[in-house]
Amino acid sequence: MEKFNLENISLAIGILVILIGLWGLLTQKNLIKIVIGFALFDTGIHIVMVSIGYIKNRTAPIIDSAVDVNNASNLVVDPIPQALVLTAIVIGLGITALMLSYVLKMYQKKKSLDITNYKDLKW
Amino acid sequence: MVKNLFIFTVLIGVAAILLNLFAGFSGNTELGTIAAHYASKGIEEVGSANLVTSVVVSYRGLDTLGEVTILFLSAAIVGFFLKVDNTDNKNRQLKYTSEILNTASQVLVPIMLLFGAYVFINGHLSPGGGFQGGAIIASGLVLMFIAQPKKEMGHKMINIVESVSGVSFVLLGVAGVLFASGFLDNKILSLGKFGTLFSAGIIPIIYIFVGLKVGSELTGIALSLKENQNEA
Amino acid sequence: MLSIILALFLGILILVLAVMAVQNKNIVVAIIAAGAVSLFASILYLVLAAPDVAMTEAAIGSGLSTIIFFYVLNKIKRQNG
Repeated sequence: MEKFNLENISLAIGILVILIGLWGLLTQKNLIKIVIGFALFDTGIHIVMVSIGYIKNRTAPIIDSAVDVNNASNLVVDPIPQALVLTAIVIGLGITALMLSYVLKMYQKKKSLDITNYKDLKW
Repeated sequence: MVKNLFIFTVLIGVAAILLNLFAGFSGNTELGTIAAHYASKGIEEVGSANLVTSVVVSYRGLDTLGEVTILFLSAAIVGFFLKVDNTDNKNRQLKYTSEILNTASQVLVPIMLLFGAYVFINGHLSPGGGFQGGAIIASGLVLMFIAQPKKEMGHKMINIVESVSGVSFVLLGVAGVLFASGFLDNKILSLGKFGTLFSAGIIPIIYIFVGLKVGSELTGIALSLKENQNEA
Repeated sequence: MLSIILALFLGILILVLAVMAVQNKNIVVAIIAAGAVSLFASILYLVLAAPDVAMTEAAIGSGLSTIIFFYVLNKIKRQNG
């Protein structure tokens, strides 16, 4: 198969992790498991973004003795998706912390971690 | 039964969109136009050996400013929700932590803090930078707070460090407007010799402030979620 | 060739741990499995020639995120009785 190279494999891994996280988000009843589903969803998206910027047989975007200064644009992978993912990982941690503080407040109100007990917004 | 069918339909829809991306993706063989410009001209214009650092701090510096603002907002909201009531501070007996944790943390915490500082000072020469160094410093401080709960640094010191770093980051950007050609421009200090520690303009200074800010923010979030253990 | 075999091996590990993180009834096992997914994803970033991203994911995803989950779980169990 000519599609059996590194960026296609990691793209497939990222897509499958997104789908597993989404499935856990929609079917689980425990509030903490729902937050774990969000965290897995984030990790899957980051894997997809980094694997799109990969170019075959090239090395990391740092200029040292292995990469010549004048020829750099033929020897490095794409640095722009890596810069985006760097920011996105830190923001994902902030979102997870915020969701966990909401879970704590909800538990202090009703003393239950099951999402079927929170029916106040249903019609 | 209807709910299961609905969940299955949503999953099949999302999978169809993502598999479309997978089928249409053939690998790249050349860098794109903007990435080629950053890779080839980045060294003369910015002067740092780490290309990802030059993209994050200099070419896309405004996005880093926005990200620092979002982190500050989330840390403030978590601190606001979980405000600790300090009225029972006097009669609080702290739990005794085990011997292994005490001894190991006395060896490990200074090494972790030193390594975190090394990572964000050398952000423009080797892989690393402000975000990585800040996360390592936060992990070291959380280990210290787990092992010795009596040594509380308090929220005031963390808030002061975080606010001062954030304000200095914006002031450096404004100094770029006054002394050089734009907001967060890199040429206030000289570019220096390529590959040494004091090169690449103000990138080391910006990364020091970003590293301190991210480290104190993540420590503040973890401390807000921590519980005071009050039995002997 | 070696990198393709390594990526396949990491991929199988990541998928098995992700299913375990969502399906297991014990919450402690699920949190640790989510941390392990971040750890193996960090090694995958290294194979994909991205050392900055690998360092950030290892420090934040499998360090601070797991600690925050365990703090909240401890608080809930302490208030439960």
